[in-house]
Amino acid sequence: MTEMITQVPPPAAGATRLPLAGTDHSPQQYLTFLLGGEMFAVGILNVKEIIEYGIVTRIPMTPPFIRGVINLRGSVVPIVDLASRFGKPPSKVSRRTCIVIIEVNEGEERHDLGIIVDAVSEALEIPSSEIEPPPTFGANIRSDFITGMGKVNGRFVIILNVDQVLSVEEISLLSQMAASGTTPEAGTEAGAS
Amino acid sequence: MDELTSVFVQESREQLADMEAGLLRLEQDPNDADNINAIFRAAHTIKGASGVIECGFIEAFTHKVENLLDKLRNGEITVSANLATLLLGCCDHMGRLIDVLEAAQAEPPADIAAQGEDLTRQLAAYLNPEAAPPPVTEDPGQVPVVEQESPVEVSGGGVVITDGWHISVRFGPNVLRGGMDPLSFLRYLASLGEILDMETLPDAMPDADEMDPESCYLGFEIHFQTRASKADIERVFDFVRDECELRILPPSSKLSEYLQLIEELPEDSMRLGEILVRCGALTQAELEEGLRLQQESRLGRAEDSKTPPAQLGEILVEQKVVQKNLVDAAVDKQAQVSEKKARESRMIRVQADKLDKLIDLVGELVISGASTNLLATRSGQTELVEATSILSRLVEDIRNSALQLRMVQIGETFNRFHRVVRDVAKELGKNIELQISGGETELDKSVVEKIGDPLMHLVRNALDHGIEPASVRAAAGKPVQGHVALNAYHDSGSIVIEVSDDGGGLKKERILAKAIEKGLVQPGQNLSDQEIVNLIFEPGFSTMEKVSNLSGRGVGMDVVRRNIQSLRGTVDVTTQEGRGSTFTIRLPLTLAIIDGFLVGVDKSAYIIPLDTVVECIELKDQPDNQHYLNLRGEVLPFVRLRDTFGIKGADPVRENVVVVQYAGQKAGIVVDQLMGEFQTVIKPLGDIFKHLRGIGGSTILGSGEVALILDVQALVQRCAAAEENRMRNINRLLSTSPN
Repeated sequence: MTEMITQVPPPAAGATRLPLAGTDHSPQQYLTFLLGGEMFAVGILNVKEIIEYGIVTRIPMTPPFIRGVINLRGSVVPIVDLASRFGKPPSKVSRRTCIVIIEVNEGEERHDLGIIVDAVSEALEIPSSEIEPPPTFGANIRSDFITGMGKVNGRFVIILNVDQVLSVEEISLLSQMAASGTTPEAGTEAGAS
Repeated sequence: MDELTSVFVQESREQLADMEAGLLRLEQDPNDADNINAIFRAAHTIKGASGVIECGFIEAFTHKVENLLDKLRNGEITVSANLATLLLGCCDHMGRLIDVLEAAQAEPPADIAAQGEDLTRQLAAYLNPEAAPPPVTEDPGQVPVVEQESPVEVSGGGVVITDGWHISVRFGPNVLRGGMDPLSFLRYLASLGEILDMETLPDAMPDADEMDPESCYLGFEIHFQTRASKADIERVFDFVRDECELRILPPSSKLSEYLQLIEELPEDSMRLGEILVRCGALTQAELEEGLRLQQESRLGRAEDSKTPPAQLGEILVEQKVVQKNLVDAAVDKQAQVSEKKARESRMIRVQADKLDKLIDLVGELVISGASTNLLATRSGQTELVEATSILSRLVEDIRNSALQLRMVQIGETFNRFHRVVRDVAKELGKNIELQISGGETELDKSVVEKIGDPLMHLVRNALDHGIEPASVRAAAGKPVQGHVALNAYHDSGSIVIEVSDDGGGLKKERILAKAIEKGLVQPGQNLSDQEIVNLIFEPGFSTMEKVSNLSGRGVGMDVVRRNIQSLRGTVDVTTQEGRGSTFTIRLPLTLAIIDGFLVGVDKSAYIIPLDTVVECIELKDQPDNQHYLNLRGEVLPFVRLRDTFGIKGADPVRENVVVVQYAGQKAGIVVDQLMGEFQTVIKPLGDIFKHLRGIGGSTILGSGEVALILDVQALVQRCAAAEENRMRNINRLLSTSPN
């Protein structure tokens, strides 16, 4: 065992294998996809599956970035339009549009959510040495959504912090606001204003 | 935790619940011997089982409780309110100890241990005030037998041929604990003469899981030949004289004496008779003769003071030998025992998750059945359509049976409140009675589990704030004893639970004043009485000036409402000042599968719970801005789903109104198409949508699409609130514009 640990090569040399010891907890493999012409990545361990864009049932009284729900083999999974979550115009459905089912950990609980992406490109490995900290501004996305900027073939890939982007708590809060925004239901609130 | 322990924990909890119920009954009726026996049995079983799983701290404590109960059972101490309170406290403590065991702790933590010591001291005070002689213990449940010295004289007629003594001995349960070995007595007995034959009676032995290895359950029938006197034989058993039942028949006793023996012993007469024959005390012919004689002789005998065994009861009543009620009591008791046994054996314990799995599978079956149906209809093959329709009927039956499995009566939940009412009433110094009705009403187990806390809150509120102190009640001309009632019944696909009290009711002015003070309501706002009383469910609202430790922290009512809403239910209050208030909880019967009514708006499909649907009509010639219609002379307000949900798309050629009813109110829901009945498997929408009002969940259609289930009441309320809000804004604009 000790022998093996000593054998762990410097990160750059570990081309084909994941390091044995868990010295670095951030996932090494990423799924990259295109969204509005930009390249994004999510940790592969969060990705459950990739499915074709199908029928999405819209849920009334929810913010626009919630596209609706789909039937994923018997369970109902909410679908988030990632582009409009980032405050950009909503994705247009094309032939290559996919839904990536992502598992989000919120405290003890795990939720499955789907995100709409324009096209899935590939799963690739980005060593942590090739990951830069997120810029304080300029990415046009809330900085807490970004884990880091990965360098792939001389281009930057935005590595997303899915737990933050798809925070169930935040989304549910937003949908509550959206619901009461269209028709303020608590008369007392309106009365107090 | 191993399986044995988890079974112990579960069963002990049940025993504790029985014990608690018994103790509460004991207060009402201190002389009910059956009840005291039942309490004792419960404690005894727990003690025994805790010994089996080697949980010393439960066993030790329960043993002390059992000692006290034993004294109670033997009439050495009488039931008093303090004693009942102490025993209930012990009951709670045992529950806590079981919690400790469940948490896999080796020792109870210090605070619990201290409570235990305190209780032990109190128990000791009852146990040792007078140095009473050790009680004669009997097996639990056994009818007390009058110790009777059989006369030794022999008189002619019906004398049994066999010579030799007959000794019946039943060792008491504490013999082993007292350090005595039954075998050594038998060996000593053998030194006096010759044991001709001996039968061991294991009849008192309980089932293996209830057996306490430290208790002795054995009895012996011994045929013994000796020259020693009766006194000598009795002396053999001197050491255990107090702990065992001993009957000695001298040689050549009369047949009737044997019969008396048979009757006195706890075991079944027929079986005893056989045993006596087997051990050589009687011959078969003698036994038969004896049984015949027994009946004949009873004819002539006058009123027998002793209650005969129930088997003989009927004959005896016919022959007017004994009073009917005596026999009835005996028969009743026997029937109860056997019925209880039968019921237990008909029950199967199933783990809840297995049941949930089954319900899930049935849900999937319903969904795939729906898609098969859809395909069959599309194919247009009549035979296939017919076959699938039979299939779907069967699926529906399976669904109903599967859901039925999860249905439990609410009575058990209700009964827990006897204790709460008792304790709280005592603490508050009020005299309050709890009335329970509708306990047999069934609802889904998952709902039952979650309704306990809100109910507890409502009941406590009724006790604390609802019922006035006795002096106030007397001054108001009301009976001093207050009443709190729990009631449950089914009503159009939901279950209704009512918590009512005959106390002071809610004071509207105070509620309004408080609401204004807290900024929940604007002064001058016009609210109906109903709206005012429902303000108590607003967060941070409490009218009681004094904060007691029972309730009144102001977090109560809104938590109650939130809990109930999370079960897709509602809570309402009606009140009459000075007369009391009633809280009405409405809950869906099940959280898994419902009958739905499928409707369509534009391209989306929605489900309306079928239980709420009254009828469907076409919407014709409706002015655009008018949101009510004339339903056979009634005004029916309606909601346009298209507008409420902001669904775009062309206006349909034809609109339909689904008339729904909920909690006595009618409303219309305007949709495009009506698509008929649909078995709806409720799929939760997840935490993201938990704030969504008006949508109760989702389901999967035959086509694989997801459809949303409407929460009719929330939807209507939402629209009503929106409209009211609009009106209020307009009013405000009107009133401010002149300035």
